[in-house]
Amino acid sequence: MTQDKNPYTELERLLAERVAAQYGRGATIANLTRLSGGASRETWSFDVLWNGVPLPLILKRDPIKYEADGTIAIDAKDDLSIGVDRLTEGRLIEAAHAAGVPVPEIAFYLEESSLTSAGFVMQRLEGEVLGRRVLRDECLAGARTKLAFQCGEAAGRLHGVSPSGFRTLERMTVLDQISHYRSQLDAVDHPYPGFEYGLRWLEENAEQAGDNMSIVHGDFRLGNLVVDESGLRGVLDFELAHLGNPISDLGWICVRSWRYGQIDKTVGGFGELEELLDGYEAATGTRVAEEAVKYWEIFGALRWGMMCINMAFSHLSGPHPSLEKAVIGRRSAETEYDLLTLIN
Amino acid sequence: MPNDRPSPKELLEAVRDHLQNHVGPELKGQAAFHLRVAVNAIAIVERTLEDGATLNDSETARLQSLLGTNETDLDQLNRALAVKLREGAIGEDRQALLNHLRQTAEEKLGLSNPNYLKRPLDKSKG
Repeated sequence: MTQDKNPYTELERLLAERVAAQYGRGATIANLTRLSGGASRETWSFDVLWNGVPLPLILKRDPIKYEADGTIAIDAKDDLSIGVDRLTEGRLIEAAHAAGVPVPEIAFYLEESSLTSAGFVMQRLEGEVLGRRVLRDECLAGARTKLAFQCGEAAGRLHGVSPSGFRTLERMTVLDQISHYRSQLDAVDHPYPGFEYGLRWLEENAEQAGDNMSIVHGDFRLGNLVVDESGLRGVLDFELAHLGNPISDLGWICVRSWRYGQIDKTVGGFGELEELLDGYEAATGTRVAEEAVKYWEIFGALRWGMMCINMAFSHLSGPHPSLEKAVIGRRSAETEYDLLTLIN
Repeated sequence: MPNDRPSPKELLEAVRDHLQNHVGPELKGQAAFHLRVAVNAIAIVERTLEDGATLNDSETARLQSLLGTNETDLDQLNRALAVKLREGAIGEDRQALLNHLRQTAEEKLGLSNPNYLKRPLDKSKG
């Protein structure tokens, strides 16, 4: 048996057992396919066939490697593998669902064992995820006109979820994050004066950030949003969720890198800031100050720049070097330029 | 560096042209995507070979003037500026500092992704 074939047959057997337990004997699985993208996690698509009706599902689990003897090992972590564990991610999605955020429904969980890493299985939503297509597909023209409002509403509902059931979430104030980025710059040991200036500015102007704390999504942007003709169909990828300033989610979706070339539309390349804030107000009763979103957009530019810098050094000294990381590494100049343009 | 032709820049141009026009059309999906990424990386190096030395000289001169030093090593100068900024010792002429940082970011972007500069972000809309 080749090493390539192992993960597939092992996973298929495991899922077939779990599906039979979940949906009853006679439920089988079909069309198991590894999806590309999402370098830090494995995602698989498959269908459950039960009483002749296909149920489309997605498995998301931590990456694993098969050893030569057929046993599995949790894949080597590099510095980019941060964020919440899969059980917490699934429970966050369930809590978001209960709060009225459009998200996939969770079907069941996989616990870490000698057969698999930890993961969860969720509904596979129909719709477009790729940012460029969401912004350009003719069929989505109507959806784009309401998307900014819907995103504001979804973010507002998520921010209303009580954090009391999520005690393992990391809590980060804006000053914690600034100090975290400074240690990252120290760790890479290469001078980035533009980013140092940005961090200094963010620190000096931290009062603009606002001081609420809530559960935040942490990566709320095109690419993690499923869009169909009715608009926002689902929010995906809660890996970077944490306890932090809720407005950070609103600033992040405005960062130029997530406008996919449509830079004149502030919100994700599809909407105006006012629409986002209208939706947020409809869900929360609170009108967020534009100045605060601005602050978090600058913060977001710096944050994406830090992610690029971390990619560069993960390529240079991490366990998984790649051309893509190397080239994304040089994209830090884009956000450095944006952030210095936006700072007064 | 030896002076023989083709020069390093000319060799890279030949490699990029080959990948772009002869290998690229044969590829599909992820492989085609990664080839475009590789072509972009080569283009960064080509632009750096063309303009990098001049840009380094002017960045060095700006940093010497900002920091009031004769240091000639660009990496050392940038380290010194980064330390000052970290310590909050930004100095009185904040505008000169910001102008330098903006110009440097623009020059770096001119090498890594010149298309990005063609459409600046509208500050009023952010």
